[in-house]
Amino acid sequence: MANIIEVKNLTKTFGDMKAVDDISFEVAKGEVFAFLGPNGAGKTTTIKMLTTLLKPTSGEILLDGKNPVHDESAARKSFGIVFQDPSLDDELTALENMEFHAALYSVPREVRRKRIEELMNFVELWDRRDSLVKEFSGGMKRRLEIARGLLHHPKILFLDEPTTGLDPQTRNHVWSYIKNLNKTEQITVFFTTHYIEEADQSASRVAIMDHGRIVARGTPGELKEQTGTESLEDSFLKLTGYDIRKESTGADRMRTHAKVWGRR
Amino acid sequence: MEVIYILWLRQLKRYFRSKARMIGSIGQPILFLVALGFGFGPIFQKAGGGNYLQFLAPGVIAMGILFTAMFMGIEIIWDKQFGFLKETLVAPVSRMSIMLGRTLGGATVALAQGVLVFLIAWAIGFRPGFTLLWVAFIFMVLIAMLFTAIGTAIASVVDDMQGFPLIMNFLVMPLFFLSGALFPLAGLPGIIEVIARLDPLSYGIDGLRGALVSGALTFGFWYDFSVLGVITLIVLGIGAYLFSKIEI
Repeated sequence: MANIIEVKNLTKTFGDMKAVDDISFEVAKGEVFAFLGPNGAGKTTTIKMLTTLLKPTSGEILLDGKNPVHDESAARKSFGIVFQDPSLDDELTALENMEFHAALYSVPREVRRKRIEELMNFVELWDRRDSLVKEFSGGMKRRLEIARGLLHHPKILFLDEPTTGLDPQTRNHVWSYIKNLNKTEQITVFFTTHYIEEADQSASRVAIMDHGRIVARGTPGELKEQTGTESLEDSFLKLTGYDIRKESTGADRMRTHAKVWGRR
Repeated sequence: MEVIYILWLRQLKRYFRSKARMIGSIGQPILFLVALGFGFGPIFQKAGGGNYLQFLAPGVIAMGILFTAMFMGIEIIWDKQFGFLKETLVAPVSRMSIMLGRTLGGATVALAQGVLVFLIAWAIGFRPGFTLLWVAFIFMVLIAMLFTAIGTAIASVVDDMQGFPLIMNFLVMPLFFLSGALFPLAGLPGIIEVIARLDPLSYGIDGLRGALVSGALTFGFWYDFSVLGVITLIVLGIGAYLFSKIEI
């Protein structure tokens, strides 16, 4: 099976802080790949580099054979993303947010209406389609964000903590949809989550990141075997330790500092 | 093309949904028209300048466009803070079409604002000539395009809202006060005249005033048009480049 994502010696530094420290991995086409790690491990920074939002300090990335640094627009065509933090337009209605996305990704007109309705029904927001997003609760916004991310069917789907803040029913619902999409459309799924059981159930392979480095890779079974634990969550804790990480990460602070002082 | 359209449409929807902003942004032009127009009118008349309101109104119409246009451009900072900008940046669309869509959207809103100020000026006694109204309209479009593009380009490199008052104080105000909006450019002290000639708004106001008030043209329509057109194209190019450099 060919690799759809290839990352070699990827590094990102903000000032003196190494947010991502010389990581390499690959994701096979059609795989569901979980990218795990405690807060501040460098997961989001890695995803930002994969999705052209940040330039790597060094290292190489290939997305479906395209380099996001030199061949940005070709790379952008190959993926879709659900961001960790909100990225909806609050002043537009739910439906308008969906239509905006469909136009941006030139979803063919004949499937556009149908797919928007189907996805909004799926996240149970179709009845609220004409409400402004600013009137939505946090969970509703999250659902809309997921529906929007699934609207165009890309080759690779990045999901950065997609289910954070959702109740178990919705999470379950969302995951069955994602798995189905993966099966029927052969979409490669690359996701991060703090619900380790999601990775245990859905991922074919897992990489665990900590302090900017990848500390373990393999199938959930392999990782459990390697650490001699019963569940992936236990392996995760065994590999990354039991210390609680600071929520405001060093990387974030360094970046803010660098921005304020004009170094980017 | 559809990308440009949808970006344009978004700006319009956002604007027309916020009635407070629409009303708030015409307050200042009205104040200028009434206070300056009537306040300085007698002096201007005595100095042999004719009817000051006739002279001032095109300048204030341009001001209405300028302020709204710059502000529309700066909405990008807003989008950065609320996260929406990411949605556009990861999309497989050219940075030029993002820049164009946003600029056209903001410019349309600014133009609507200009038309509104025009009508208000007319209501309080401004009597323009109507034969060259289409020329005036072209200049209003150009002013709107140029300054929305400048605002957008600046906003792409500014990261937080704190920078915004600085932009207003050190850019928009001088652009306005040092153009020919409030006073004729002829016979100014040397340095002020040089500055006024470097200010792109001067050419917009000259064209607009020349089209609305007979005998008020200083530089010539084609000259004004070319200066504004060329600068607008350059700024659009710079904006598209800056967009491709945004990191979040």
